[in-house]
Amino acid sequence: MRVGIVGVGVVPFRTVTPEYSWKEIMYEAAQRAYADAGVDPRADVGSFVTCAEDYWEGFGIFDEFTPDQLGAVLRPACTVTGDGIHGLAQAMMQIQAGLADVVVVEAHSKVSDLLTYAGVVHHAFDPIWNKPLGGHPYYVAGLEMDAYLRASRVGEKACAAVVAKNRQNALTNPRAAHGSKVTPEDVLASPPISAPLKDLDVAPLADTSIVLVLAAESRARKLAANPVWIRGVGWSSDSPWLETRSWTTAAYAAMAGKMAYAQAKIRNPAKEVEVAEIDDKFSYKEPQHLEALGLSKKGSTANAISRGDFDIGAKLPVNPSGGSIGCGNVIEASGLHRVAEVVLQLRGEAGQNQVDHPRTGLAASWRGIPTATGAVAVLGVGR
Amino acid sequence: MTAKEVRWPGKELTAKEFYNKVTVTRYRPEAKFAWSAGEAMSRFLAELQRGRLIARSCSSCKRVLFPPRMFCEECFRPTDAWVYVRDTGTIETYSISYIDLDAKRIETPVYVGVVSVDGASPKMGIMHYFGEVAPETIRIGLRVKAEWKPAHEREGSVLDIRYWRPLRRGE
Ligand SMILES: [Zn+2]
Repeated sequence: MRVGIVGVGVVPFRTVTPEYSWKEIMYEAAQRAYADAGVDPRADVGSFVTCAEDYWEGFGIFDEFTPDQLGAVLRPACTVTGDGIHGLAQAMMQIQAGLADVVVVEAHSKVSDLLTYAGVVHHAFDPIWNKPLGGHPYYVAGLEMDAYLRASRVGEKACAAVVAKNRQNALTNPRAAHGSKVTPEDVLASPPISAPLKDLDVAPLADTSIVLVLAAESRARKLAANPVWIRGVGWSSDSPWLETRSWTTAAYAAMAGKMAYAQAKIRNPAKEVEVAEIDDKFSYKEPQHLEALGLSKKGSTANAISRGDFDIGAKLPVNPSGGSIGCGNVIEASGLHRVAEVVLQLRGEAGQNQVDHPRTGLAASWRGIPTATGAVAVLGVGR
Repeated sequence: MTAKEVRWPGKELTAKEFYNKVTVTRYRPEAKFAWSAGEAMSRFLAELQRGRLIARSCSSCKRVLFPPRMFCEECFRPTDAWVYVRDTGTIETYSISYIDLDAKRIETPVYVGVVSVDGASPKMGIMHYFGEVAPETIRIGLRVKAEWKPAHEREGSVLDIRYWRPLRRGE
């Protein structure tokens, strides 16, 4: 049975949101999604899935606090401690299992409430093996960027071009918080964070909440003129050992992609995918993920970037929304954000950033430092 | 080790060695947060500082929601208006607590529970302390009133109310 996305609610990204609580931001996203889908959460929705991690929120048992602002009081609700696409997969399975006809997925970032971002990221390191070393956790991104650049033909210049593209795309995306005119030279000249990683290679943080409404095929057809079908989902985790995992190839993304492509019956992703929103929490992650997902041939990615092959208007636009670099890093909501942007593209509702009539799109997420966990969703319109 | 058997072979670990050296590793995360109170709770906290309790009303289910929130969780719609509720109420539930956070016995018990606040809808109240009560006098249904801190000591916290105490004659 197919599952369709029939409602999208995205609260425009902002660097800080002092006037609203995280509950109020969630309520805004939910209202937008329910209005878009034409559903009443109190009557039509069978189950609610939220994606959150207590340390980002700053208090325990976050799932206790989700029902009110989603219209989920005394309804089936659960929280997935993972990225938004993990939640999307959970919601899809609930529908396919026949547990519910309509399921809501939510993920958010109120990371502006967190005063010690680096501290919480560092807290995710192995307590015995890596934590005692201390240091700003972005050294892991520096290490990975170094390993990836050495192993691929992608250089710092190509990574800088990715930053310039994504910041530029974000300028015309009303949901983005970090759009700007940045040249590759600006990126290369920005202060080093952990060489070769530089300041502008890093996606800045943002707040948002994102809600999607999913429905079983027959219900989706009644609710939406043109539902966006989830053709495949996949997720995968590499070994947590920093010393053991694959540094150069984003093996988790390759595995997650393989799983999603198999369901979607996609044999040649580079030919079949027409728009992609791919994790770019650090500039080098975009080409690394493109290669892992089979969207760009290893060895030719740097040339493809310099030719503009991933720009809006080219054959495979990548992160036309601006991605995390242009819109903002919204932690666990990043995957759901990418799905939402692909849905808008497939519906033809991406405004100035609209890609020419895409019918197949891909969203790929990564949970960020220090994880090697990713999830992928293949989406499509039409038959 | 028992009193009879004084020595065992090997090296005995002190508690300090046991917890700090051998079997565990310690780490204090840098995890500091400052939560935006949001539209509803910001106003609520500001009103507390003025010695008043404020709620929001929903014109659909006709409830007065306390503490205030910008949306009604039953109707799933925005709430409509600010309304003051009174600083008197009725004890809905209570418990007399004889242990502290470490589960140690405390000399003077602490009275805690929920007050349903006058002017708010049923099941709308505040979890708080009770004072000027004794095990023999506290009861469900007892009428109580907020005992506020002096105005200059209030800081926009639920602790701006010291406790809820029985209504006095004439109140
Ligand atoms: Zn109501």
